[in-house]
Amino acid sequence: MWIYEKKLQYPVRVSKCDPRMAKYLIEQYGGADGELSAALRYLNQRYTIPDKVIGLLTDIGTEEFAHLEMIATMVYKLTKDATVEQLEAAGLGPHYANHDRALFYNNAAGVPWTAAYIQAKGDPIADLYEDIAAEEKARATYQWLIDQTDDVDLQDSLKFLREREIVHAQRFREAVEMLKADRETKKVF
Amino acid sequence: MSGGKKPDEAYYSLLTELQQLDFVLVELTLYLDTHPYDMQAVQQFNQFAQRRQQVAQAFESRYGPLLQFGHSYSRYPWDWADSPWPWQV
Repeated sequence: MWIYEKKLQYPVRVSKCDPRMAKYLIEQYGGADGELSAALRYLNQRYTIPDKVIGLLTDIGTEEFAHLEMIATMVYKLTKDATVEQLEAAGLGPHYANHDRALFYNNAAGVPWTAAYIQAKGDPIADLYEDIAAEEKARATYQWLIDQTDDVDLQDSLKFLREREIVHAQRFREAVEMLKADRETKKVF
Repeated sequence: MSGGKKPDEAYYSLLTELQQLDFVLVELTLYLDTHPYDMQAVQQFNQFAQRRQQVAQAFESRYGPLLQFGHSYSRYPWDWADSPWPWQV
């Protein structure tokens, strides 16, 4: 089971109301390479992956939910004081018409999240390679998001998340090597 | 919607200390998931886990429970549902 902890993994501060940036950040909330996809991808793959890497998938999958909450906090703080006119000027008019200021699992272009974003092949190497690719894509997205804002407070939180993607990718690469080494030893009779 | 009362400065410094300890622990956790035989890392993990428990307890005694379902104690009246929530601070 899971236990909620009433704190963010890393502080999220924003220095201004900025619905334009919120619109872009939602990519990491409900986008293909976003945090929801990541959490659901890893936690779902756990059941059919070799025992050796279940712990890693569990822990990284859990950390992704902490990242999801950080992104939600950014979006919330960037939009909570915005007027309807400001939301419309930032391209969030269609979002407002459907959701007011509520968050929703869609990407920066407004496309709703879909399970088609994630894979579960049942082949451990294929699944872990997908996970590595997902982390690298998320890292790239964080870089683009950092480039899209001059808010140093927001950049600080985004840089933290960018670094986490690098660490996760590294750990997944190690998991691949563990499984390969395991496969080699099993060949020796 | 509303954020309730704004926490004092000590709230932020204690929270930062907890977040720093938790960063060490999450890093060590993921590292140990792929390096289970690194004894020094296991020792460091256990040391930080103990320190983390103390700081979390200090935080909770001042600012209320961090966890629920029985993983934290409650004052009377029930204070788990009190603001602020993490995105409000």
